[in-house]
Amino acid sequence: MSGRERLARPELGRIEAVNVSIRLGQGAHAFEAVQDVSIAVEPGELVCLIGPSGCGKSTLLGALAGHIAPASGRLLVDGAPVKGPHPDRGIVFQHHTLFPWKSARDNVAFGPKMRGVGKADRRRQAGEILELVGLGDFADRYPKQLSGGMQQRVEIARVLVNRPRLLLMDEPFGALDALTRMMMQELLLDIWSRVRTTVVFVTHDIDEALFLADRIIVMTPRPGRILEEIRVPFERPRATDIVAAPEFGTLKRHCLELLRVRPDGAPLPRLSPLGFEADHAPSS
Amino acid sequence: MALTAHSGASRWILRLVSIAACLLVWQAAARLRLNLGVVTFANVPAPTDVLEAAIALAQSPKLLDHVTSSLGRVGMGYGIAAVVGIALGLAVGRSRRAEDVLLPPLEILRPIPAVAWIPLAVLMFPSSEASMIYITFIGALFPILLNTIHGVENVDPRLIASAQSLGGTRGAILREVILPGAAPSIVTGLAIGMGTSWFCLVTAEMISGQFGIGYYTWESYTLQNYPDIVVGMVLIGLLGMGSSVLLRAIGTRLTPWHSAAGARR
Repeated sequence: MSGRERLARPELGRIEAVNVSIRLGQGAHAFEAVQDVSIAVEPGELVCLIGPSGCGKSTLLGALAGHIAPASGRLLVDGAPVKGPHPDRGIVFQHHTLFPWKSARDNVAFGPKMRGVGKADRRRQAGEILELVGLGDFADRYPKQLSGGMQQRVEIARVLVNRPRLLLMDEPFGALDALTRMMMQELLLDIWSRVRTTVVFVTHDIDEALFLADRIIVMTPRPGRILEEIRVPFERPRATDIVAAPEFGTLKRHCLELLRVRPDGAPLPRLSPLGFEADHAPSS
Repeated sequence: MALTAHSGASRWILRLVSIAACLLVWQAAARLRLNLGVVTFANVPAPTDVLEAAIALAQSPKLLDHVTSSLGRVGMGYGIAAVVGIALGLAVGRSRRAEDVLLPPLEILRPIPAVAWIPLAVLMFPSSEASMIYITFIGALFPILLNTIHGVENVDPRLIASAQSLGGTRGAILREVILPGAAPSIVTGLAIGMGTSWFCLVTAEMISGQFGIGYYTWESYTLQNYPDIVVGMVLIGLLGMGSSVLLRAIGTRLTPWHSAAGARR
C-alpha cells in the first residue's frame, strides 16, 4: 500500500465556522481578536488566510487546532465541534517545534507512537513520509543538524503521518529565505496533490497566497473580520511562472488595495495560535 | 598543524611550570616557617611531608574504610536527593496545585544552610550514620529541585502544544517532552548538588564520624598529624572532582542532542 493511498481522505476535512468570535487577554486588557467570522471550507480545499499582522488570522488557526476556545459561535470540523487539540487537526508553526532530542525519524514517529503503533511499524511509516517530503536521507539527523527549510519539511511530515483531516499552517515559510520559501511552496503543492487534505494556510505574503490557494480569505485588522473572499482561478498544477500572468497582477493589486485600508496606522503585535505569546524562536 | 601542535605543547609546559612554581613556593614557605603576621606557615606541612603521609596512607588498610564510608554516605544521600528533587521538581513545575502545596514549606527550608541542620539531625536520627546521610541529602536536594523546576517551566510551550496536537496525553508529554526538555537544567542541578553534598558530608563527618575522609582530616588535626590534614583535603578534592567528571559524562550521554549542536554538515 503506497503512502498516497493510505493518506487520501478526500471525503473528510470540512470546516464550518459560524459567527465565531474569539477573545484574548484578561480583564481590562481583554480584546476581541476575531469577530463574527463565518467560513465554510470544502474537504481537500487549500485556503489562505491573509491580513495584516495582529488581525487574528493565527488566532483563528489556533482555534481550529483546538488550542484556543472561541468565546461564541460554532466551530465545526466534519460536523463535530472542535474540543481541544487532536491529531486529526495538525498544526505547523512559523518556527519549527521539532523535539530537539529526537532524530527527524523519531520526531515524525511521535504521532504513531502516541497511537500505540509498534516501533518497527512507526519507524517505517515515518521513513515513508520523510521520503515524500524529500528527506529520506536525513532521517537520522537531529533537528539542529538540518537547515531551516528541512526543519519545516520534517514538521510537515510529522503532521501528515497522522493522516490529518486538516493541515493548519501558521506562516510556515515566513522565516525562510526567498529562494527556499519558493521551493517549499512548490513542495507543499506537490505533497498536497498527492496527499489530499484540507489546508488552511496563514500568511501575509500576497504572492504566496495567490500561488498556493484555491481561495483567499482577506481579514481586517483588530477585531479580525472577513473583508473579502477571493477565488484564485489558476489551473493546477501550478508553476512559479504564473506570477507573470496578467491575471496574477490584477488579483495582487486588488489584494494590496484591500490590505492597505487601515483605520489607524499603528502596527499591531503579532498574535500566535497559542493566544498571546508571540510565536518566535528563542533566539529572536 | 605543526604550529598549533607546538603552541599546544608550549602552553602545556607553561601550565606545568605554573603548578611546579606554586609547589616550590609552598615548600619554601613551609621550610622557612614563614610568618607574614596575618598568616603563618609555621605549622603548615611541606609538600614533601604531605607526599610521605599520602604514601603511608595509601599503604594503610584504613584508606579503603575512609573512602568507602564517605562514598557510601554521598551515594545514599545524594541518590535520595536526586530522586526526590527531580520528582518534586517535575510536580511543582507542571502542576499549579502541587506548586501551592509543596513550594511554600520548601522555600522556607531552602535558605537554611545544610550545615546548620547538623545538631538537629543528630537529635532526630537514631544513628550518626543516618544523620550524616540526611545532611548530605539536604545539601544536594535544593540545587536539584530548583534546577528541575526551572527546567520544567522553561520548556517551550509551543513544543507542548505541538505534542498535544500530535495526540500526546499528559503522561506521554511529561515523559517525551517535559523530561528531556528539562534534562539539561536537571543535569546542571545534579552537578551543583554533587558539589554541595560533598561539602556537607565532609562537614558532617568532622562532627560526628567514625570513618570517612572528613573524619580523617579532623582526626589528623586533633592528633597533630599535620601532613595528614593536607592529604585529607587533597582526597576530598579528588573525590569531588571524580564524581563531577562522572556526572558530566553521564549528562552528556543522556543529552546527546546537545553535543550534536552546530554539527550541521
